[in-house]
Amino acid sequence: MTSVIKVENLSKRYRLGKREVKKDTLFGQIGYIMGAPVRNFKTLMSLTNLESEKDSVFWALNDINFEVEQGDVLGIIGHNGAGKSTLLKILSRITEPSSGKITIQGRIAALLEVGTGFHKELTGRENIYMNGTILGMTRREIDSKLDEIIDFSGVEQHIDTPVKFYSSGMNVRLGFSVAAHLEPEILVIDEVLAVGDAEFQKKCLGKMQDVSGHGRTVLFVSHNMEALQNLCTSAIILKHGHLVAQGQTHDMVHEYLKNYLSSNNRISWEFEKAPGNEDYKFLEATVTNGKQDNSKVFYTSDEIHFKLTAWIKKPGQQIDLTYHLVDEMGTLVYVGSSAFIEHEKLGGGFVEMHSVFPRNVLNEGTYSVSRLLLVLNKGHALIDVKDSISFDLLPAPNGLLGWMGNKEGVLKLSNVSWEINQTQNDTRN
Amino acid sequence: MNTPATKIQVIEPSKGWQLIDWRELIRYQDLLYYMVVRGIKARYAQSILGISWAIIQPLFTTLIFTIVFGNVAQISSDGAPYLIFSFAAMLPWSYFSNTLTEAANSLVSNSNMITKVYFPRLILPISAAFAKLLDFAIAFLLLIALLFYFGLTPSWEVVFLPILMIIMIMFSLGLGMILSAMAVQYRDVKHAIGFLVQILLYAAPVVYASSSIPVKYQFWYSLNPMVGVIEGFRSMFLSTQPMPWDWILTGGVISVIIFVFGAFYFKRMEKIFADVA
Repeated sequence: MTSVIKVENLSKRYRLGKREVKKDTLFGQIGYIMGAPVRNFKTLMSLTNLESEKDSVFWALNDINFEVEQGDVLGIIGHNGAGKSTLLKILSRITEPSSGKITIQGRIAALLEVGTGFHKELTGRENIYMNGTILGMTRREIDSKLDEIIDFSGVEQHIDTPVKFYSSGMNVRLGFSVAAHLEPEILVIDEVLAVGDAEFQKKCLGKMQDVSGHGRTVLFVSHNMEALQNLCTSAIILKHGHLVAQGQTHDMVHEYLKNYLSSNNRISWEFEKAPGNEDYKFLEATVTNGKQDNSKVFYTSDEIHFKLTAWIKKPGQQIDLTYHLVDEMGTLVYVGSSAFIEHEKLGGGFVEMHSVFPRNVLNEGTYSVSRLLLVLNKGHALIDVKDSISFDLLPAPNGLLGWMGNKEGVLKLSNVSWEINQTQNDTRN
Repeated sequence: MNTPATKIQVIEPSKGWQLIDWRELIRYQDLLYYMVVRGIKARYAQSILGISWAIIQPLFTTLIFTIVFGNVAQISSDGAPYLIFSFAAMLPWSYFSNTLTEAANSLVSNSNMITKVYFPRLILPISAAFAKLLDFAIAFLLLIALLFYFGLTPSWEVVFLPILMIIMIMFSLGLGMILSAMAVQYRDVKHAIGFLVQILLYAAPVVYASSSIPVKYQFWYSLNPMVGVIEGFRSMFLSTQPMPWDWILTGGVISVIIFVFGAFYFKRMEKIFADVA
């Protein structure tokens, strides 16, 4: 295999803005205002003159090296500000590197946004040509694919209507179907899949799968770990402009989630500041996958262990715990409560409450505990904590449903039973 | 890669002054075409008078000039009716001022495109210069109508019209390229441009005749390429003065210099557009 993209010692620096010093006397302020044009000029000049002051220079990318082989689908993983977008912008020639070199073999097309160049006064058809030519297609190429593009977008009825009358969804569909019909040897895609409805996203992912299936090389940035796992053959992780790891997609996704996931699996309070009152306090809430590794990575095939530590001053009380579990849309998924079970009376010190949510029930997604309640005598809420712990559920390893990994709905429920029979044969023909 | 014909592309920091990549521009000619179409359609969409605004704007300005400078101030119009005297000047002048304004703002107003996709950025000011040619053509039809109305016949020198138009386009576009590249970094350009165009109006023979400029200053005056272009227009359509070839030559040389410098300057600044836009 030959590498079609070779990135060597690539660096990019930007200038950071400096904080202005304000004067606190009237004359100082007047002088400051009068001096503003000179200062502004210096600031604007320095936007392009990076050599002068070393201290306010920010390295968006620092000495990046990697290679991509033909037919590879490379995922680029990293937090916001890790340098992913800068890397894509350099690859797509939108901006120049400060140093280093990239060698590319073949025609490259970049998709950092859908519908670039769309003008709201132009019709859908005119915007297809507008957007297509911006992306580097010729008029003739677009002519030959026009029907296919219109068909794919699903907006054929409105194709001769100015796009200002389109819904945002229709705009995205149209933009995407132009992009999906680009035929470069190398395709660079940013977080564009984040827009559009789920159905259409799937269609696009399918189209892209086609692209990589034809031996084309794809570079793909996404925060959607499922999409990355399902589409990419390998991945790199960027952190603060450095390339910190590269390898198989599944390992990289796991690595990234383990170290960089921001979801909040544990929350704890100092005794004095803990929510509650003099008699009752919450001290800690955690959610774990029940395994020894204490990892932040949850798969749908893991049990979900909730643990709450509380302090109850007086002994012998009827105390229960209730939690509300919501999905990323804020939909209440489940209310768990110990009030429905028989258990001993508590109090006179620290207590721990455990709740284990079974495996293979919840679907992939981000979940959080929207309310955490301590209840007295099965009725009176003593403490009510809003928005505490959260966790991300990922598709189980090796449990991929092909590229359509994204199963819809809140519940996964692997044990739903079916019975399928043909009850009658059609005799009409 | 088993096909040796595959293009190898190297991305590296560029250094110094570079030539415009004309071949790349030709490859993107379809984009240029659609940018021009977009510029024209978008401007006149949802307006009742539509493209007739291309006539209304210079015509009304000319009418006001005729009243103020022709009737009230009684400025000499080299013997021609003041209305057509100033309209013949207004034709190239409108093109210049509109192109300059549009081209200078073209990068800033399309910054969303510049930061999202690569294409030769020069397409933006060039498409402004092309789109304004339509307005020019429409106003030109009005000039012909006015010539009929006043019973004037253009001289045979009208065959040199393309030369004057090339000077006019090169000067407008050259200055437009410089200002558009500057405007990305210095937004002052946007505020200054309206003002600049207004001043330049009086530095060119739009409301008065060049013959009223003292002879010893006329060389310096003709360094403004629009002087030769405007007087050339008057000469070929109104036959007020002989064709001012010396001014046209000076203006032609200046506009070539401005155009070439503009192209180099634009190319040099191009790499930072996406970073500061």
